[in-house]
Amino acid sequence: MFGYYVDLALRSLKRNKVLTTLMVLAVALGIGASMTMITVLHVMTADPIPGRSAQLFYPQLDPQGMEGYGKHSEPPDELTWIDAMNLLHARKGVRQAAMSGGQATVVPPQGPTHAFFADARYTTADFFAMFDVPFAAGGGWTASDDDKHARVVVIARDLADKLYGTTQAVGQTLRLGKYDFRVVGVLDHWHPVPHFYDPSQGNYAKPEQLFVPLETAMELKQATRGSMECWGNFPADGELTKADQCGWVQFWVQLDTPVQVAAYRDFLTHYSEQQKTLGRYQRPPDTRLYDVMAWLDHNHVVPGSVQLQTLLALGFLLVCLVNTVALLLVKFLRRGGELSVRRAMGASKRSVFAQLLVEAALVGLAGGAVGLLLAAFGLWIVRQQPVPYAALARLDGTMLGATFALAVCATLLAAVFPAWRACRIVPARLLKTQ
Amino acid sequence: MHPIVSALKHHKTTVVLVALEIALTCAIVTNALFLIGDRLATMRMVTGVADNELVWARTSGLDLGQDAAKRDPDSVAAADVAALRGMPGVESVAMANTLPLASNFWSIGVFRRPGDEKSGLDNVVEYLGSPGMLHTLGIKLSAGRDFLPQEYVDYNPFKHQPPPTVAIVTRTLAEQLWPDDSPLGKTFWLDSEGKHAVQVIGVVGHLLNPAINKYQGVGRSLILPVTRVQGGMYVLRVQPDSRGGVKRDLPGVLTRIDPARIVTDDHIYADTISDYYHGDRAMIWLLVVVVTCLLSLTALGVVGLSSFWVQQRTRSIGIRRAIGATRRDILRYFQMENLLIVGAGIVLGSLGAVGLNLWLMKHYELAHMPLTWLGSGALALWLLGQLAVLGPALRAAAVPPVVATRSV
Repeated sequence: MFGYYVDLALRSLKRNKVLTTLMVLAVALGIGASMTMITVLHVMTADPIPGRSAQLFYPQLDPQGMEGYGKHSEPPDELTWIDAMNLLHARKGVRQAAMSGGQATVVPPQGPTHAFFADARYTTADFFAMFDVPFAAGGGWTASDDDKHARVVVIARDLADKLYGTTQAVGQTLRLGKYDFRVVGVLDHWHPVPHFYDPSQGNYAKPEQLFVPLETAMELKQATRGSMECWGNFPADGELTKADQCGWVQFWVQLDTPVQVAAYRDFLTHYSEQQKTLGRYQRPPDTRLYDVMAWLDHNHVVPGSVQLQTLLALGFLLVCLVNTVALLLVKFLRRGGELSVRRAMGASKRSVFAQLLVEAALVGLAGGAVGLLLAAFGLWIVRQQPVPYAALARLDGTMLGATFALAVCATLLAAVFPAWRACRIVPARLLKTQ
Repeated sequence: MHPIVSALKHHKTTVVLVALEIALTCAIVTNALFLIGDRLATMRMVTGVADNELVWARTSGLDLGQDAAKRDPDSVAAADVAALRGMPGVESVAMANTLPLASNFWSIGVFRRPGDEKSGLDNVVEYLGSPGMLHTLGIKLSAGRDFLPQEYVDYNPFKHQPPPTVAIVTRTLAEQLWPDDSPLGKTFWLDSEGKHAVQVIGVVGHLLNPAINKYQGVGRSLILPVTRVQGGMYVLRVQPDSRGGVKRDLPGVLTRIDPARIVTDDHIYADTISDYYHGDRAMIWLLVVVVTCLLSLTALGVVGLSSFWVQQRTRSIGIRRAIGATRRDILRYFQMENLLIVGAGIVLGSLGAVGLNLWLMKHYELAHMPLTWLGSGALALWLLGQLAVLGPALRAAAVPPVVATRSV
């Protein structure tokens, strides 16, 4: 029966090529535009660290003074140096790492005239294991390296290739500015999207090229780069990194079970109370603990313009569908005679309905195929834009399937009403007038 | 009018569908046209500097720790400026912290009265300039005078140094600080305690901010005279046709003076402006494409339905013609019918457009749409409807009266 319906549908579609083309085009335009934007949105809201994102948490503490304190005050986005070190050494999580962005002058083996800047991340030992960072050679450093302020560095594969070749890099001495560091590990390709562990570097920034122990970098007064928020009377001499009034350190902690999460929340509250008793904090304890996705949401990583464009595309799809409903209605009603004959010869309302839906589904499939081409073209245009997320805008298998599903579902939905109307005609009356 | 309405009652569903499509299109198109207009207005804003005669560069020192006797940054900056001034095609050189639409900016709070925290105005953009900055950038004063050589001081807002004692303000800032008074000679304070008094010696008619946003606004800024801008940029006033050459040779000239640094930015200023508006341009193109697609789609829908109706009514058109209706009457009939349906759609769509605008304002910080924009959407759809119906209506008018006597 299905084959017969398909045959009937093809015949009917062929009979009025202009109307068929119009419908396919309408569906295709709507699908193409909305799939382009949905794909961009899908990439931008992706889970940067699948499988781990629910176990990684970002704590916030509020060490600010009482001025400006009110019901809506929020703790600063980042921790002060002292708080970060306290949380790190308390070791209340399964793993934890403090970190900040920085910039280093890389002096390659060819000599200082070839020196260049590279983005660096100053962090602590657990960073690599906690974020599941893949290594091409060597490994990270240990907590005792952190404590000893060891001069070790982990470098990204691109940089290793550029300087020494991936396999030879481990054990080499790399000069960063005035100081020599020993290369202990080379990262394999690693690009979490969005740049979740520090959105202040740019929501879709690339991972850093160099990873240096945080305490070593502080001891050597390496330049930090990233957001820093100061409050109250911060020191005038410009030495802000160790100040009690400046937050600039990101802190991540791994907590595997809800019990651990609850315990960590308690720990943060107790810690705030204790700091208040010590006189460091003034405000009542105000702590936050976000997991990865909630942290991204809190930071509004998806630009408003992208959301707006997605809305626009969906509005466009809606108009396309209303248009399709109208065109299908015309098409089905025009075939009143043919449908009446089928009804008079014994086809049930249900089978006429099914036949019409098959026809609509074919339009949907064709629209989906053309829409897919349009979406591929749309994404190509997005990739030509000088925006940081441009390179990520690609169709994957899921989105490919979603495109066809959306096209067919949308067309079927659009066809339900016209098909129902067409089934309602009274065969006898129509046949008589003919 | 009456026969048209009663005829439409026989096709309620189709009429409702078309009106709905028109309404949706109207709501989206009106808002899209408003957004396009809004963005175009932003892009047409005058910067207040010599857009087509500037080249700028920023350098960053490499801390290699080699030469123990590190060169004094003041003398390096002086040597840089002298060398850049010597380049062919360069008219003048100055240092500044940023330029209009260059994205980076510093902003501060200023206070109208000493020791009165409530007299403050937050988020005022701070331009710092070294000697010759006004002339090099091409900033035009509308009142007052340029800075005198002795007024330039050593000042870095991030080190607690006393600021300069004179400033030039934009008219926008002046009007917000002293709405009813001439700003010349007035004093404001850069701190709430009233230690750092600054006197206004000049007013700039128009100077755009480094970035346009809701906190700093469009042109609320002040200019302070400094001897050297730490971490600032070199701005070169260049003859328009030598900009390419100057940009090409500039890194070489700078690294020859001090090799322990990297030229991190070197741009022709016109490109900086163009980069700033990139997002707006992309958005405008997207909106234009969507509006075009929407309008053509709606037009095609109207053509399809009208054709269907003409086909369906061939017989009744024949009868009307046979009993005396002219071709013009038939044409008018279909045009009128279209006007009614599109009109209903436009009324509904205008309500939708206002609603959509209010919703967008709430969620995306868009501007309020003046109601006159509704006219633009209505006009576009009305024209579109009439154009779309013309073909089918002409076909209807061409139906000969003899059809009435034929059986189908």
